Amino acid sequence: MTHLPRRCVLAGLAAGSALALSPARFAMAQSAAPIKLGFQLHRTGIGASYGRWYERTAQAALTRVNAAGGINGRPVEIVFEDDGTDPKRGAEVVDKLVSQHGCDLIFGPLFSHVVIGSAPRAGELKVPYLVCSEGYHVASGMLNRWTLQPGITDVRAQVSSMAPWVTSTLGKKVTMVFPDYAFGHDHRDFFTAAVEAQGGQIVAKIAVPPTETSFTRYFPQIPADTDVLYHVMVGPAVLTFVKELGEFYGSGARPQIFGFIDSLEAVDLAGPGLEFLEGTHFWEGHCRVKQADAPAWEGEYRAAVGVDDNGASVSDAKDVATYAHMFSVWETLSVIKQGMEAAGYQSTADRQKFVEAVEAMTGFDAGLDHVQGTKTFNGKTHQVFGQQFISKVEGGKLIRVHATAIEDGLYPDAVDYTTQSF
Amino acid sequence: MGTGPLLLLATLEGTVMAAVLALAAVGLSLTFGVMRVVNVAHGEFYMLGAVLAWAVAQAVPSAPLGFVAALLIAPPLVAALAWVTDTTLLKRLNYDPESTIVATIGLSYLLQQGALSFFGPDARPVAAPFSLRLQFPWFGYSGYKLFVVLAALLVLGAVWLFLRRSKAGLVMRATQVDRNTARAFGINVDRVYAGTFALGAGLAALAAVLVVPISQAHYLMGHDPLLLSFIVVIIGGLGSLRGTLIAALIIGLADGILSMLYPPTLAKIVATLAVALVLVFRPQGLFGAPAR
Repeated sequence: MTHLPRRCVLAGLAAGSALALSPARFAMAQSAAPIKLGFQLHRTGIGASYGRWYERTAQAALTRVNAAGGINGRPVEIVFEDDGTDPKRGAEVVDKLVSQHGCDLIFGPLFSHVVIGSAPRAGELKVPYLVCSEGYHVASGMLNRWTLQPGITDVRAQVSSMAPWVTSTLGKKVTMVFPDYAFGHDHRDFFTAAVEAQGGQIVAKIAVPPTETSFTRYFPQIPADTDVLYHVMVGPAVLTFVKELGEFYGSGARPQIFGFIDSLEAVDLAGPGLEFLEGTHFWEGHCRVKQADAPAWEGEYRAAVGVDDNGASVSDAKDVATYAHMFSVWETLSVIKQGMEAAGYQSTADRQKFVEAVEAMTGFDAGLDHVQGTKTFNGKTHQVFGQQFISKVEGGKLIRVHATAIEDGLYPDAVDYTTQSF
Repeated sequence: MGTGPLLLLATLEGTVMAAVLALAAVGLSLTFGVMRVVNVAHGEFYMLGAVLAWAVAQAVPSAPLGFVAALLIAPPLVAALAWVTDTTLLKRLNYDPESTIVATIGLSYLLQQGALSFFGPDARPVAAPFSLRLQFPWFGYSGYKLFVVLAALLVLGAVWLFLRRSKAGLVMRATQVDRNTARAFGINVDRVYAGTFALGAGLAALAAVLVVPISQAHYLMGHDPLLLSFIVVIIGGLGSLRGTLIAALIIGLADGILSMLYPPTLAKIVATLAVALVLVFRPQGLFGAPAR
């Protein structure tokens, strides 16, 4: 666990902020100019709920980094630029952050179509692009040497590690409902493979366009002999999806339901029409409700990002966080700091050294730098691997019932980015 | 699920879809029919209705009361905003068709981004006034959805009665037939226009309040109703209430049944194809009067 700088503790908050403002604090650096990090933000568009919380998380992480002396003795700045959760705009944002704002690197995007649309431009501009997107597209070799995912486990590892629990605990005949684009296809492909490896069977695969707003029409495709309904949805209509699912099954017989919390990120589980979720299971990247055995730093992290013990904003209990995902922003900034310090990063001329420094990393210890937990980093595939959690809705709250081991999600390397040229 | 239950579910979904379409389109049809203004911001008035419904429901503790309060408060507020828009924006453009399209596009962005700023990016639920669920042997169905069908019929009936039986309706129809002659007969056309625009927007907001318990209030929710309203209004004939209802039934049922039996994208293709065919073979729509 990382400790706060001793003098901050001694001097107290007032002195701490005075120090943070004083130029003398960064006097050790060769240049006192701030390090500029570009943040590709889903402030508007279908990813806006995530964007709002990603921005808050990034601000909180930035405050913490600067309070601890910045990076290489220099203060750090984040330039936020809205991409509208739109791939085309995403590539333009990469351009703008690099050419106009002169950012040292870019991080933060979640939606896989934006990442896939923007990464080639980052590669052309030779700027490190650290994504928080869960997609398998980094480790699959689809992107490039400048694109890294050190903050969150990819979908392939997530679903592979959980499939054994799903088939052994909930049932072997699974129907999948997923959004019909890259992120959903990762779920479809790798969960199918993982379930079949366990002797289970995917009895139906129901692809839903990501812009869909009405879902009842898809439910008759769920075969009657389904043991487990596996759902993962994104976008503003997720709540409609879950509510219509509840109406469709009503008080009749229904299969076990296993969902990705993506289907309910930023949604209050106590909302109207969601009572039927009681007893169903969810994947969580990071438990929304503070668990009884939460580690010591969990409270400190929640306070920093302004989230209460139920996973909602401390200032508005109805403003539910995208808690299962937003840790990736916090942790990515920790990796940026660590990588820049290891590379002795001074200017944009050192961008390649930074990528090489991150590639040399092998893992991260749980603590205030890596709040979600311990992780293994694969420098060849640019992908990080961490624990996954399965929670059950009990009394309207998500209670963790299972945690996977990191090894459960590992798979053979599909690419070695370190052999590619910069 | 067998074919019978599947068809039942498809018909239910199609009927609900038709009701939602008719509710969303009737205001657009009215605005175009009387004013010859293509209101691109129609979808955003709809969105505003839903967002206000959420805000009102938040302020009122009980679900049925919150819904009734939203029903009473949101549409007049949106109508008032539309009245102001008409007198400060559209009137100054002299209701020139091209200019009003551009102006309402601009307005739609203002409303959308305003909602994003003040309401936020999340989809917010509004509780239905009652939580009746019909449990068929094969599936469950929301009783509230069927209430929406009933409400749509009532709203359309009220609009029809208003246009046919009231003095204001008569004045509106007169203005629709010939604006200059109506003015010559002493009708205050400016007020008719402002009133029509307000009524159209208010109907959009009313539709949204009715629909929001089965979807959610979200700042981007205006796109779909706008597009579908245009489809319905073009097929039904601009300005024809009967055409709007029948086109909504055709599109809604076709969408409900086709998307249940085939991939839902096919239903969208069919709807779009229907628009193209109507535009080619009957440009005034199924029930519209030919342009003079």
